[in-house]
Amino acid sequence: MTVLVALSGALAGAVGPGISVLYATYGEVITERAGRINLGVEGCMLMGACFGFISTVESGSAALGVLAGAAAGGALSLIYALLVVKLNTNQLATGIALTLFGMGITAYAGREYVSESIAGLNPIPIPWLVDLPVLGRAIFRQDILAYSAYGLGPLLWFVLKYTRWGLSLRAVGESLSVSFAAGRNPALVQVLAIALGGLLAGLGGAQLSIAFTHTWSEGMTAGRGFVAVALVIFAMWSPMRAMVGAFLFGGAIGLQLQLQSLGAPLSPFILDMFPYIITLAVLAIWTGAALRAIPEGLKSVLRGGV
Amino acid sequence: MVRSLAGIAIAFVLFGLFLSLTGRNPLNAYLRFFGGTLGSAVGLSEVGVRMIPIILTGLGAAIPARIGLINVGAEGQLYIGAWAATGVALFSGIDQIWLMIPAMALAGFLGGALWGGLAIVLRSTRGVNEVISTLLLNFVAILLVNVFVFGPWKNSQGFGYPYTPDFGSAAILPAIGGTRLHLGLVLPVIAVVVVYLVLNRTSWGFNMRAIGGNDAASRRRGIPVARYLVLGMLVGAGVAGLAGMAEVSGIQHHLRPGISNNLGLLGFLASWLAGHNPLTLIGTSFLIAAIMVGGDLLQIGANLPSAATFILIGLVLFLVLGMRRKDLATP
Repeated sequence: MTVLVALSGALAGAVGPGISVLYATYGEVITERAGRINLGVEGCMLMGACFGFISTVESGSAALGVLAGAAAGGALSLIYALLVVKLNTNQLATGIALTLFGMGITAYAGREYVSESIAGLNPIPIPWLVDLPVLGRAIFRQDILAYSAYGLGPLLWFVLKYTRWGLSLRAVGESLSVSFAAGRNPALVQVLAIALGGLLAGLGGAQLSIAFTHTWSEGMTAGRGFVAVALVIFAMWSPMRAMVGAFLFGGAIGLQLQLQSLGAPLSPFILDMFPYIITLAVLAIWTGAALRAIPEGLKSVLRGGV
Repeated sequence: MVRSLAGIAIAFVLFGLFLSLTGRNPLNAYLRFFGGTLGSAVGLSEVGVRMIPIILTGLGAAIPARIGLINVGAEGQLYIGAWAATGVALFSGIDQIWLMIPAMALAGFLGGALWGGLAIVLRSTRGVNEVISTLLLNFVAILLVNVFVFGPWKNSQGFGYPYTPDFGSAAILPAIGGTRLHLGLVLPVIAVVVVYLVLNRTSWGFNMRAIGGNDAASRRRGIPVARYLVLGMLVGAGVAGLAGMAEVSGIQHHLRPGISNNLGLLGFLASWLAGHNPLTLIGTSFLIAAIMVGGDLLQIGANLPSAATFILIGLVLFLVLGMRRKDLATP
């Protein structure tokens, strides 16, 4: 019985915690479709969470905060773009360095905002739909960033599949030399894709601090950026499947919070492991299928297994 | 080398700019920074204290890198190594130091290897890439240590603070001459020498290099590639686990949350800066350790949060990686 209550609670709570990761996953889908893997997503999310929060406190406007958060994530990713695309540094080491750099900057910039709290963004129930049984409240009683995240998946899918820009991006991700020979500018395409990826990760971070927790704390993303990198593989580089992955992760957090509030006789730290373990389990189950969808340009980085 | 040093210099200039923009005198800050790290015996000993775990976690990345595996999980392996070594320290009942220390080191190695083993099992059986699994397992390891230090292993006389009882004297690596530097220093020294000799002077090392270069060709030549992949990851992760043992036995003398402030990721980066060469790793670990110690001094003197150190480390990495003529370890 307890388990059932927890599960239905988890279902209802799966959307909220998943939104920040969903944005970061969208961003990393774009970056990786252009043939780069950015482990600095974690740092970009922190930038978004920190500077989004600070801007909201200082300006009193959550909208400005969201924009500032996205800009901060995008700005950080430009360092990665410069190093990896222009100077040909190692992608993985550069990404980890970017994450550490982001940790340092945000710990420094945000230290006087740790005890602040904000009104931020709050749920806007959508009339009629919110009354639908089971999922009504879960899906249609969310903040504005959640609703735009629902729309962004199909939009990105369409852009990647049917527009010239999307085709160009995918061509670069499959083969730098062929797309160069075809008269495109692969470096520019990759820089734009990486910047857009960082922007979306920053937006995800801003959603976390402005709409979900309404607070800032050092290192508050707690690995969500790395989870996003994992979910991109589960999503087989498709924005639509990214939604499934992010809500699985959100569901794990929802389940953890539910069990915690129900007083399950388990260490809270064991419950905290759920999201990471579920992400690993998801990868273990679906990686085989994902292998067939990997962009050619990533194979040298992720050789042997995805 | 010249380019790398220039990169480091530019990073320090940029960080000095950051200091002056935030209203601090960079000259004073750097005087304190260098005086307190390179300018005194105590400072140098503190740098040595930090180098021990960074070299060990760096080797944790460097060994698997030889065969084309990327271990970003030294942080978690360090935690599990510390956890296993603590288990031996608290519950083995050994009371002689010459038996206890090796037993703890063995436990630390096996703990780290177990944690890296999870990643290599996921890779071998399910094709899960080790970059992502080792990263995610870091978070699980940190939480696992919390389960124990907040739970069954919590010191009942600890005034509610989450740490285990203090180790007995047999489980403590002796300090050297009144500093915090401890005999755990022997671990990275032995590890660097052994790893260097194995990688460069044995057929194992030759085969590892061959696998790292082209695993399909190595397989055709009859090298047991799968076995090398598993063993390479286990040994690398085990050495990272030793870092955890050294920290609890040499510095902390008990287990508590947060024993490592990203030492695993710093070791990973030190290894990349060194092109995964164990001897060069000593130099890059020295660099990062010195920045960490100097950063702590700025925290006290210039009122900077300790995490600001990561800004300087990040700048150094960006500039050294970016200015290098050719990245030593592409892709």
